[in-house]
Amino acid sequence: MSDENLLTALGEIVQEATGIPAARVTPAASFVDDLDIDSLSMVEIATMAEDRFHVSIPDAELAKLKTVGDVLEFLAKAGVPA
Amino acid sequence: MSSARDRVVVTGFGATTPLGGDAPSTWRALLDGQSGAALLDDDWAADLPVRIAARAAADPADVLPAPRLRSLDRSQQFALVAGLEAWRDAGAPEVEPERLAVVVSSGIGGLTTVLDQYDVLRSRGARRVSPFTVPMIMPNGPAATLALELSARAGAHSPVSACASGAEAIAMGLDMIRSGRADVVVCGGAEAVVHPLPLAAFAAMRALSTRHDAPAEASRPFDKQRDGFVLGEGAAIVVLEAEAHAIARGANRYAVVAGAGMANDAHHIAAPDPDGAGAARAMTIALSDAGLSPTDIAHVNAHATSTPAGDVAEASALRRVFGSATDGIAVTATKSCTGHLLGAAGALEAGVTCLALRDRVVPAIRNLDDPADDAVLDLVRMSPRSLSGGGAALSNSFGFGGHDVALAFTEV
Repeated sequence: MSDENLLTALGEIVQEATGIPAARVTPAASFVDDLDIDSLSMVEIATMAEDRFHVSIPDAELAKLKTVGDVLEFLAKAGVPA
Repeated sequence: MSSARDRVVVTGFGATTPLGGDAPSTWRALLDGQSGAALLDDDWAADLPVRIAARAAADPADVLPAPRLRSLDRSQQFALVAGLEAWRDAGAPEVEPERLAVVVSSGIGGLTTVLDQYDVLRSRGARRVSPFTVPMIMPNGPAATLALELSARAGAHSPVSACASGAEAIAMGLDMIRSGRADVVVCGGAEAVVHPLPLAAFAAMRALSTRHDAPAEASRPFDKQRDGFVLGEGAAIVVLEAEAHAIARGANRYAVVAGAGMANDAHHIAAPDPDGAGAARAMTIALSDAGLSPTDIAHVNAHATSTPAGDVAEASALRRVFGSATDGIAVTATKSCTGHLLGAAGALEAGVTCLALRDRVVPAIRNLDDPADDAVLDLVRMSPRSLSGGGAALSNSFGFGGHDVALAFTEV
């Protein structure tokens, strides 16, 4: 999966969970400041990402994921094929 | 009698019910005497002792955006649909958020979410339980959902009294305006428990009709052959407003909420007091609160669920309150068409009572082929009946737990 594919997949997850158009899910976007996503939706997005990418996102790590780019980086480090 | 200055009026009505996706279609179907009840053909219903229910005519999934559905219990979805309709119908009143309140109840709350998420817990583990589970199951969820949507900051409340909850919500809204805590209160009830467990549980009480060969004839309040109620679902919301506030903005007024009465049987946890003493007391208090006498009442929207014991107790209570005047009071039973919307029923029937006063017509009781000998009332049968001018109306709601609520309405 390329970075672009990862971004597309993440955008689909965010759109499904929150209704925010996937096009707004760009690497620089902050979940809270730019996308207005609350902590409950963030948990749901993390759960959906875990299922989709077959990774585990511990709560301590989730708290550090402020932007879409942070998630892409986390997924890459977790060995999700880019 | 309240002075004109502090009267409380209904300025908006919204409903999503087994008869229609909004209040006008529900009202038309009621006047047509349609039934919302049907046989459940779902696989999960196959082995249930009761397979009849009155599902909402419009699925919230067809109205609300998908992401909203994920974080709202079905009862909250109904409350949102009916609440927004009521708000639009009232002309989206301009009101300070600190003077706008919500009082919306549910008899049972987010039970289907509890059951669904328990399935998730057992099949996929704790980390797959939805983070929205708690806000979806809390009984104040429908009220909180609407308060958030409408920015209602004067308070959000959910008085719970089983099948009287929706009526009690309106009584509380009336109190809030009279006591000066709000100018506008969005009131009502929502319920969504058409699911095997509640069906099995109500069936275990022998409270539900088992007329599987004719589900549209299963809900038959006051009829000799009645054998239980039909479980319904949906929501009904009214907008209550201080009359001066409504007049100042030129709002449409359906009716005056003239008074409310509440009591408790303290007789049995589920069975009604056979004498209807508590029900009678609620009605008497409502009349007194409204400054009305029994002869002022032209119409009663009975609680009448179609259970053998409940309908007779209510008939007895009506006789006790109205005496010889009972014979001139047009009594209807909305549940004959809608089934029993539990915590939403009282609000739906209050709204319907307002429409009856506005249009001066009382819908007929469906399926009333042979009135019970022990329900000697002026029951509206076969076709709607016109109301002559001037009369006031009562809407009764009772609930497991011995709850008795009566609401009195007058013409504007």
